[in-house]
Amino acid sequence: MNAIEIRNVTKRYGKLVALDRVTFSVEEGTVFGLIGPDGAGKTTLHQILTTLLAPDEGTAAVAGLDVARDFRKLRTQIGYMPERFSLYPDLTVSENLHFFASLFGVDVKDNFDLIAPIFSQLSRFPDRMAGALSGGMKQKLALSCALIHRPKVLFLDEPTTGVDAVSRSEFWDMLPALKERGITILVSTSYMDEAERCERIALINKGKILDADTPERLVEGLGGNLYSASCGDMYPLLEALRRYPGVNDCYTFGAALHLVADEGFNPDEAARKLEQSGLAEVRIRPAKGNIEDLFIKLAKNDG
Amino acid sequence: MSIFQSLVKKEVLHLVRDFRTVTVVLVMPVVLLLLFGFAISTEVNNVRVVAVTDRHTDETRLIADRFRANPYFTFGGTVSYREAESLLRKGKADAAVVFRTEAGRLKLQIVTDASNTTMAQTSAAYIEGVANSSANAADKSAAAVVADTLYNPQLKSAYNFVPGIMGMIFILICAMMTSVSIVSEKESGTMNLLLVSPVRPRTIILGKLVPYFLLSCVILTLMLTLSYTVLEIPFSASVVHVVWVSILYVALALALGLLISAVASTQVSALLVSGVMFMLPVVLMSGMIFPVENMPLPLQWLSCIIPARWYISAMRVLMVQQLPVTYVLTEVAVLSGMTLAVLALAIKKFNAQKR
Repeated sequence: MNAIEIRNVTKRYGKLVALDRVTFSVEEGTVFGLIGPDGAGKTTLHQILTTLLAPDEGTAAVAGLDVARDFRKLRTQIGYMPERFSLYPDLTVSENLHFFASLFGVDVKDNFDLIAPIFSQLSRFPDRMAGALSGGMKQKLALSCALIHRPKVLFLDEPTTGVDAVSRSEFWDMLPALKERGITILVSTSYMDEAERCERIALINKGKILDADTPERLVEGLGGNLYSASCGDMYPLLEALRRYPGVNDCYTFGAALHLVADEGFNPDEAARKLEQSGLAEVRIRPAKGNIEDLFIKLAKNDG
Repeated sequence: MSIFQSLVKKEVLHLVRDFRTVTVVLVMPVVLLLLFGFAISTEVNNVRVVAVTDRHTDETRLIADRFRANPYFTFGGTVSYREAESLLRKGKADAAVVFRTEAGRLKLQIVTDASNTTMAQTSAAYIEGVANSSANAADKSAAAVVADTLYNPQLKSAYNFVPGIMGMIFILICAMMTSVSIVSEKESGTMNLLLVSPVRPRTIILGKLVPYFLLSCVILTLMLTLSYTVLEIPFSASVVHVVWVSILYVALALALGLLISAVASTQVSALLVSGVMFMLPVVLMSGMIFPVENMPLPLQWLSCIIPARWYISAMRVLMVQQLPVTYVLTEVAVLSGMTLAVLALAIKKFNAQKR
């Protein structure tokens, strides 16, 4: 059974189309990633699935309940952690947790087993104001608050934005344990490198779903003609490669350049020719593509 | 604990933790009441007056003596006309009384420094009063005018300002604090979490309004206690009506706060809207300082939509005149109608923004 079922969901803000016929489904008990840059429509989709917004067209169902028709019942089944960790900064850690528990009419004690591994570090200072916590701690408290009523589906909207690298990694380590408990997780992120930590992902750009599958299969679809290029002077290299015959695309990728080429592209020959044209120490090697390469390719095809 | 109780408890915690705001909210009404009640008044004291006369008669001496004896005046003696002019110009005198005897009868001319209109008008009226009373004493044949100021025989300005300040404070505190507290939850995103929970929107709204309603009741008690004790507004049975009409007004102010919070998306804009849209009209157009009756007609019509105008006029009747509640039925009806309309609009807007 699918925990989330989205069919042709469209949402417009005036002339701007925030979501354009979005369709995908999330299997029960999986960690599903929604990957896309800022402004792609991730938050809007989250708000529709958590019953905060109604879609203009199309239907969406979460845990078997329609988001528009059965929103009242649905609200007891879902946990939501918005983009910024929305907590009350002037309430203490324990006051925040108890308040959110009371909203759902549950007792913190009854469901504490679920959040215990996440909350363990926080339980050392229950009387600290939430506003005085570090980013990583705030994130853990917000996750605890979103889980305290034992939801069936958990929505995490950019949970790792504005958090240090260690906390980011720790956060992803927490999700499998929740999955084990049968909680379906839809998590959105703009960090492409986090895609590999999801079982399945959907790539979203400008309100459209570009593709959805497991990260491995998606990367396989890239093909083998991806090369990494570097040189002492990067910008002239980028210019030269873009003009080079047989090169379909070239873009900066971290400290190097990535280029997508035709079948018959010979990297050694290209490097030699470029060095002859005045560039120093040109190196072009086959590279293993990742989600970011795929995203750039798909977004380009989409126009 | 029920959901509603925990919502209220949370709101109370916000208030208690924000100690500075609560202090301001509780101290401001007291300071304003005392300031307007005592320090700022339209009464004029110590009018410096000089007399100008070519020759003294018994009559002019009598009037000069009255000025000397009157506590409202500081009599600067008799001077020449030119000297009086220069004293007025230098600001060393506020008014000059010129005596002239024409055809055996004493004529009076009052010259005042009208650079401050209020002061000039009031002191001219005082001088006239003093001069006339002596004229009457001397000339029994003239028709005597006896002025009787009802409800406020000493013309205390506190009587005038207390209803006005109450009208302003409740709009300010209720509308501003409610709207800012709701909008701050919108800004921080916690409002979305409340809306995503199974709690009904009306419970959320009520959980916001009740704590501020209770706070307003504390302020109301504080202000009424001060008015009836320190400011010596006569205490009578009409206080019961003062209380319930005030509570109606508080409810209206809370509804306005709710409406602002539905329209404004940031705390700053909520503050601006409640400050500029409500505070200024209340001060300028509600009759708090400038009488509505003296305004041009279009402004008078405009003042009809300002809730404070109706509340202040009801408070004048109930607190100062101490008339029965039947005299303020119009005001009460208008305030009730406004409360219902604003509340309906606010709830409609609140639900609309969600979808």
